[in-house]
Parts: sequence; structure tokens; C-alpha cells
Amino acid sequence: MKHRSLVATLAVLGLLCALPPFLPRFYVYIASIVLLTGLLATSLNLAIGYGGLYQFHHTVFYGVGAYGTALMLTRAGAPAPVAMIAGPLAAALLSLVMGVICVRLSKLYFGMLQISLGSLVWVTVYRWYSFTGGDDGIHGVPLPDLIASAKGSYYYTLAVTALSLLAMRRIAGSPFGKTLQGIRDNPVRSEAIGVDVKRHKLAALVIAGFFGGVAGSLFVVVDTSAFPDMMFWTYSLEVLIMCLLGGMYTFWGPFVGSSTLVLLRVFVSVYTQYWGLILGTILSLVIIFLPDGMLGFFARRFRKGEVRGA
Amino acid sequence: MEFLSHLFSSGTLSQFLVGLSRTTILFIVSSGLSLILGILRIPNVAHGSLYMVGAFLAYSVIHLFGGGVAAFVAALVIAPLGVAALGFVLERGFFSHLYEREHLMLLLLTFSFALIIGDLVKIVWGTEYRSVTLPVVLQGSAEILGLPLPYYNLVLLLVGPVIAVFLWLVINRTKMGKIARAAAVDREMVSAVGINVGWVFAFTFVLGCFLAGLGGALIAPMTNISLGMDHSLIIEAFLIVIMGGLGNVWGALLGSLVFGLTQSLGILVWPKFGIVFPYLAVVAVLVFRPRGLLSSTW
Repeated sequence: MKHRSLVATLAVLGLLCALPPFLPRFYVYIASIVLLTGLLATSLNLAIGYGGLYQFHHTVFYGVGAYGTALMLTRAGAPAPVAMIAGPLAAALLSLVMGVICVRLSKLYFGMLQISLGSLVWVTVYRWYSFTGGDDGIHGVPLPDLIASAKGSYYYTLAVTALSLLAMRRIAGSPFGKTLQGIRDNPVRSEAIGVDVKRHKLAALVIAGFFGGVAGSLFVVVDTSAFPDMMFWTYSLEVLIMCLLGGMYTFWGPFVGSSTLVLLRVFVSVYTQYWGLILGTILSLVIIFLPDGMLGFFARRFRKGEVRGA
Repeated sequence: MEFLSHLFSSGTLSQFLVGLSRTTILFIVSSGLSLILGILRIPNVAHGSLYMVGAFLAYSVIHLFGGGVAAFVAALVIAPLGVAALGFVLERGFFSHLYEREHLMLLLLTFSFALIIGDLVKIVWGTEYRSVTLPVVLQGSAEILGLPLPYYNLVLLLVGPVIAVFLWLVINRTKMGKIARAAAVDREMVSAVGINVGWVFAFTFVLGCFLAGLGGALIAPMTNISLGMDHSLIIEAFLIVIMGGLGNVWGALLGSLVFGLTQSLGILVWPKFGIVFPYLAVVAVLVFRPRGLLSSTW
């Protein structure tokens, strides 16, 4: 089984490496966006799917990761590797601070406090023209030649996304990840058997924030820009939808959900300006009829088949 | 000293009163959201969209009746009722079957409705800005303590407390309100004693939507009616509801006042970053009183 999944992973990676020469420039860009959005959704899932934490404003970390990297490159003139790490670290730090404030609350209250803190960050970025560029954002971020072209940024995004997903997969499967799921399913019992619930939750938040920040810094590489809409509340809800659409209680679900949505949006936008209508309809149908998401649905069907066979 | 005299000049004070009257609209919309979240436990993201629909409906009604006081009053009645009817359809069609779902699912479901309603508004009313002019009677200014205050803002300042008292009476003094509060705490128990909880919930939801529509109709003459007015409002309304205490009408009033006052004061003190203060206030309240300023229904 382990052997098979390794082969599958290598096959997908090989396919993704071979893709760019056959695609027009625009689609290479879209492919990069698909990858980094998948990373963003997977990082959110670590908090919400594995940790059961109502991370309602995850894109704040995405935005801070992007601004961290973009500001280091434009204002500080820092070398690219430093900037690439600074963004995610800033996101992780913010996640720690917000986590310390929010973690004692549960469910809806946790989510709402996070929304208010996140909105505070958003409003500051949105208003601070002299530093963040306000609502115009930052454009034309200078990048090293190696990752400046569409193909270069694609391969960089692919490499970083693959490594990040691998790391998150390891984390999710580790004793820490299992404990986290235990806390999600029964916090009281976990506490009783001696698990430090708050510390585990906080760690999950910081990890999720860090990888959200990685996705943000990748966005700067791909799009050479950062803007406040990246961390507006409704975008957080869209990323939540991606997780839900693919299936929250699976590792790959959010990635599948986000790829589906990003690609669907690109193709639908050619034909109609009413993307919201389409997304809203799909989403409400999924919530009403398939609450486990696409992967959850297929997994269930598959398992049912197994049972019938046995 | 110069700063202080600027702060207490008549111009800034009347500006402050105008800001306060806008708080009324925040209160009306967020009290509706508070009912829906506190009693039905639906974090209704589509509430902002209903407010937007209310504003667009008011615009259409006023244009249909050709302006004037009668048209304006008609808009204030028809727009909220139209939104309430939409709410009734949503509740009976969808939410009444989904009350048992977890918050996250309901949040996303209402977000999907927000997306759908947003695009439907785009289809019906188009993407241009719309504006409504006040009837001539309401266009002047009154003098309050020697300060000029537009009549319409004065009306708003009076409407807010009236709505608050009305809601308090509905929730605390009517049978419907009492059942709704009981059902918020233990729904099964209430239905076990033979009360049809479904209709009480429908009533609560429709009342909440009516308030969203009323807020939209009232803001119509004060702003450009546009797509996107839902997104900026809904987040403020959510923060107010959480800050005040879920399902608590006075909490919604207090929350709106805190939010509105910190905003107007903040902009007076520090024009560039004044908008940050209400968010800071919400964070401060939630850090010290995570369940809100006043008691919540659950």
C-alpha cells in the first residue's frame, strides 16, 4: 500500500514537471496558482479538519506571508531567500500571537475573535498607504532571474508546494497529528489522559499559519504582487469552501477542492460574469447533499462496495 | 490646545452626531442578525445581502412612486416586507431542514446564499451606483444645542431606541418571544410540551430578515447603493453581535454604540487610522469578556 502511494506521488510529480512546455504562458500561471492555492487550503485543513479549530480567517496568514515577502524584497531590498522565509515566519508569529489570544475560546467564539483580530490586521494593511501601499497593494516585486519567468516561478512553486505538502503529511500522520485529531473528537477526554490541549491547539495554529504564509510568499513569486483583498474575510470563506468541497476529514480533499474551484473559475469566467451564482449553487448543493465533500463521498461509496463484497 | 478646540468645535460635534445616527442602522441590522444567531444558531452571512436587497428594493419603490414623502414611506414599508418574504422562503425551503447541522456548515451555506443573492442583485439592478434623494420635507437641518443636524439623521436617532424597545417587548413580553427564547436553550424540550417550534423559528428568522431589509431601506438615502455594500456591513454586524452578546437586543444596541462611537471618535482623533479603533474595541471586549458584554442566550 505504501509502495503504491509512493509510485502515485512520483507519477503525479513527474506529470506536473513535464507540463509547462506543453502549456501556453497563461496556463502555466494558472497551474502555479492552482498549486499554491492547494497549499493554502491544505494548511487551513490542518487547523480546521485535523484540529477542529474554527479557523475562520485563515487568509490573514496568507496575506501576511505575501506582504512579508513583498516588503522584504521592495522596501528592505533583502536577498530573495531571506524574503521567502521572512514572509512565512511573520505569518507564523502572527498566528502565535492570535492563537494565544483565541485558543481558550471554543468553536464559534474562537472563530469570531479570530475574525475580529484578522480584520484588524486587514484594516491596518488597507489603510497604511505609506508602508503597505494601502488598497493598491504592492506591484512589480523584483525577483531573481531564476524564478522571474512564468516557468521558473512554476517550478519553484511546484518544489515548495511539494515539500510543504510532504511536511504537512508527515505532521498529520505523526503522534502529534493523531493527538490533534483526538482533541478534535473529544477534548475533555484528551485533557483527562494528560494531553496539554491548549499547547497542541496552539502548535497546530502556528503550523497552519506558517504554511498559509508559505502559500502567500509563493503568490508573490507567481504574481509579483500583494494586495489587501488577499486577506479580506470573504476570501477566507472561499478557502473554507475549497476545504469543504474536497472533504475536510481527508488530507488531499482540500487540494482537490481548491484545484477544482480555481480551474472552474478560470473556465467559467470565459462564458459568464456570474461566478458567484455558480459557486453558490454548487456549494449549497454540496452542503445539503454531500456534507463530507467530494473525496469523502467517493471514499464512502468505495467503502460501502468493500463491505458488500465481503 | 489647538487640537482640543478642534475636537470640540461645533463642526466636529455635529459630524459626531451624524456618525451616531448611522449607528442606528448598524443597530437595526445587527439586532436582526443577533436574533438569528442567538435563537436559531445560524451564523447568517447572507444577512448583509438581505440588507443590500432592502436598499435596492427601496430605490426601486421610490422610483416607481416617483419620489416624494409617500413614495419614501412606501419604500420603508415595502422593502423590509419584501426582504422578509425572501427570508420566509429561505427559512421554509432550506434552514428549517438544517437546524441540526454544525455552525461551520451553516456559515458556509449562508455564504453560498450570499453569493447567489449578490449575483441576482447584479442581474436585476445592474452594476451601476444607485442613489435616492430624500423627500424635500426631510432635506433641511434642525438645530440641536446650537448645532446643525440634518432632519433625516434626527429621525434615525429617534428610530433606533423605538426599534430597540419594540424588539425587547416582542422577545420578552409576547408568547412568541418567550417560546423563542426557551427554544434557543432547549429546542427538544419545548417541542416535547407540544409547541410547534418550527413556526416560532420561522417567525424569528423572518423578523430578523425584516430588520435587515429595514436597515437597507433606511441607509438608502445616505449612501451610494451598490454591489459590495453587503460585504462591508456583514463583518461589522457580526462583530457587533458577538461583542454585545448573542440574541440580546440591548447587547446589539450597546455593541453598535461601542462600534459606532469608537469609529466616529477615532476618525476625529486620528483621521488616517480611525477605522482601526472599532476593531480594537471588539478585540478588547472579547479578550476580557469572551461571551460578550451582556448575557447571551446560549
